[in-house]
Amino acid sequence: MADTIPSPIDGALTAPARRGVRSRRGPLALVLRTVVVLYLFFLVAWPVSLVVQRAFAPTGGQPGGIGPLWERLTDPAAVYAFYLTLTVSFWAVVINTIFGVGISLLLVRHRFPGRRVLSVLIDLPMSVSPVVVGLALVLTYSTSLGIFGDVLQTTGLRIINSTPGLIMATAFVSLPLVIREVIPVLEEVGEDAETAARSLGANGWQTFWRITLPMIKWAVVYGVVLSAARAIGEYGAVRIVSRGAEFNGETATLLIQNEYGAFNEAAAYAAAFVLVVLAVLALVVVTVLRPQESHRS
Amino acid sequence: MSIEISNVNKYFGDFAALTDIDLTIPTGQLTALLGPSGGGKSTLLRVIAGLEEADSGTVTIEGADATALPVQKRNVGFVFQHYAAFKHLSVRRNIAFGLEIRKRPRAEIDAKVEELLELVHLTAWAERKPAQLSGGQRQRMALARALAIEPSVLLLDEPFGALDAKVRKELRDWLRRLHDEVHVTTVFVTHDQEEALEVADQIVVINEGRIEQVGTPDDLYDRPASEFVLGFLGPVTRLGGDLIRPHDIEISRYEQAATATGPITRWTRVGFEVRLEITPDDVLHPDPVQVALTRTEARALDLHLGDQVWLRPAVGAQTVTT
Amino acid sequence: MNGITTARPDAAPAAPSRPRRRARRSTLTRASGVGLGLAVVWFSLLVLIPLAAVVIAAAEGGWDTFVGTITDGDTAAAIRLTVVEAALVTVVNVVMGTVIAWVLVRDTFPGKRVLEVVIDLPFALPTIVAGLVLLSLYGPDSPVGVNLVNSRQGIFLALLFVTLPFVVRTVQPVLLELDADVEEAAASLGASRATTFRRIILPALAPAITAGASLAFARAISEFGSLVLIAGNQPRNTEVASLKILKYIEGDQQAAAASVAVLLLLVAVLVIVALDLISRRVAARG
Repeated sequence: MADTIPSPIDGALTAPARRGVRSRRGPLALVLRTVVVLYLFFLVAWPVSLVVQRAFAPTGGQPGGIGPLWERLTDPAAVYAFYLTLTVSFWAVVINTIFGVGISLLLVRHRFPGRRVLSVLIDLPMSVSPVVVGLALVLTYSTSLGIFGDVLQTTGLRIINSTPGLIMATAFVSLPLVIREVIPVLEEVGEDAETAARSLGANGWQTFWRITLPMIKWAVVYGVVLSAARAIGEYGAVRIVSRGAEFNGETATLLIQNEYGAFNEAAAYAAAFVLVVLAVLALVVVTVLRPQESHRS
Repeated sequence: MSIEISNVNKYFGDFAALTDIDLTIPTGQLTALLGPSGGGKSTLLRVIAGLEEADSGTVTIEGADATALPVQKRNVGFVFQHYAAFKHLSVRRNIAFGLEIRKRPRAEIDAKVEELLELVHLTAWAERKPAQLSGGQRQRMALARALAIEPSVLLLDEPFGALDAKVRKELRDWLRRLHDEVHVTTVFVTHDQEEALEVADQIVVINEGRIEQVGTPDDLYDRPASEFVLGFLGPVTRLGGDLIRPHDIEISRYEQAATATGPITRWTRVGFEVRLEITPDDVLHPDPVQVALTRTEARALDLHLGDQVWLRPAVGAQTVTT
Repeated sequence: MNGITTARPDAAPAAPSRPRRRARRSTLTRASGVGLGLAVVWFSLLVLIPLAAVVIAAAEGGWDTFVGTITDGDTAAAIRLTVVEAALVTVVNVVMGTVIAWVLVRDTFPGKRVLEVVIDLPFALPTIVAGLVLLSLYGPDSPVGVNLVNSRQGIFLALLFVTLPFVVRTVQPVLLELDADVEEAAASLGASRATTFRRIILPALAPAITAGASLAFARAISEFGSLVLIAGNQPRNTEVASLKILKYIEGDQQAAAASVAVLLLLVAVLVIVALDLISRRVAARG
């Protein structure tokens, strides 16, 4: 029978329409649900809500409420710390965005020797401990023991224990975030539109501004938000490369540590509250942007 | 009788997927559940398999009440439209799965799997992973996997729906021949009337959760019980007060006793077939009448676009009066 | 072949308007070449040279100094503690992460979307804030009377917090993609739900679980910020490797700090490779 059974090449198939598994309601499902909710409640939800609560509550003999919270946040040391954090984050994000978009274009649109090695190395910063990042920068740029110490000494340029070091540390830890978002989008949209633009006489610069950038716009924005969130919250690497003293290299995260260490918990919780709000804001922006990205095409 | 379904109802929320289904599926035959998508045929198949629980009614398989049995205990073979291959297992292990679950001795499993590989012509692909097979091969593997447990009934849910036209036709013939050899009671769901007419011993037409008609392919085609069945099994046109198949209309260029008359207003050639539209100028025919004939017939009758023609039902033509 | 030949429009060789990719090793224009040069210089200055400096600093004193540093009583204890805690946290994450992903995909209940946000919070929060967050419930002023400051349980908890999303977020999409058909097919062949999970679902999830576990482990052994406030930093008891590195740096013992850093990196690579091997076995067994 069945001599005409098709050969291996017989099966062109249409895309399978997937059907999700419907939830079955059994005692096990209920147990799992309860376990998960309790786990997340005790590990994340309750502690985070307590921080918010404490930012407003009277702590350590100091009054609570919005007024005192505002006072703690407008304290000159706190203002300095947040200003420094924003400055450092701004420059780190700007650098990462320019570098990230550029390197993504090079990696996706060009072929050159060492391309694969570069694309593997690009992800490296995410898997290095923040302390090690700090250590690495100190071992390279410290005037006393860094590899480039002598050069820096003669030029009088200070990196470690100074704002450039903070920017470098922050840029290091958030480096792959823009690239990770942009590369998949660049690969997905393909080269057709760019080729078409060039065939219509656009030069490289015009093609980039008028065609490429609008196509990857949302991925860049998404990467920028992620980078900014990471940059604002960076602590470990910053701690190593900065003096971290009041009005002298003390970023918002270092402020929290210093104030908590000095038993000034109210100030620590106040600053933490701001960072929690920023983190949640970033989460919200990211969730709003996700659908945008899929509508792209 | 192999499968008895009585008084089955199934709701998804407010939507009545199945309404008062009573059906007997004969042993050893190939039965098709035919109907438009969303009509309830897949739900019925899943109720038989135990993948879906009916809200009311009973399902009896080979004389035993299976209504309360979970799918694991029903001993049915089920084949899915998209193969449902176990991707991490080789073809051989896929086929052996059900037997391993039943803890059969290794030697018995090996022998059975070998036999099935032979039956579905996959011996050479036994050690491959499903991802390395074509769609048609995957579906044959899925069939072998379902047959391995020696099911009391074999259920196939749009088994060829994901394959391209040519493979679909080949697998369809192959299934028919396989069934002639294995003789397991088989129920398959399809929305393709040609597939049902060609393969099935018995066809159950299902629409909007109800059974429209049960019968042999010839019964259904020649004696449709309703306008829906007539329309679903092939093209239909309106001639006079009746619904009739376009190729059951006799057409003539010469005046004769006729149900309708009018000019040929449209001429479409599809391979050997010529499809005409005739637009009679009377109140009985608000829409043009469709007529189908072979190219040879059209040539013999010397028909041309714009010719005035006379139409009447051919002798022995099946019509449904509405 | 039926002998019919039809002229195909694409049969004529099209004149290539652009050089084919394969044809040349490099497709860089002058401008993009300059861009690449700048990018590589910056990347080297920021990442490659500093990381090389760490390896050099660790290697500078020779093999004996390296071994001496990492086998020193306090340091060895810190490394052991870090690896053990990270391993335990990874195990908990494998189980809980899979369970959480399962509930998020397969279960429906009011408030599920809130859980989605809660899971991402540990990623979004600055690590120092994460430490403070945990202290507020499990610290000196704990409303439930549990004080985990200065304890290994505190370290464990902080690591659980910061690694929470890894396994969940890697397993979730794979679970979403799983076909209902496949599980129903297993059931129709007689497999119980437990068997279906073990033999069909788990092998499909294994690579994702491994990926998540590797990320969680790597994060856990290098975690710093969230532990600063809670770990207490007591040598041979609650001092973890990253804090030991900090102590070395602050004591101007950069070479020793670099040695510990390099060892941690090696452990991470080793564990990731091991997990990958295990995952392959699970995925192939079924």
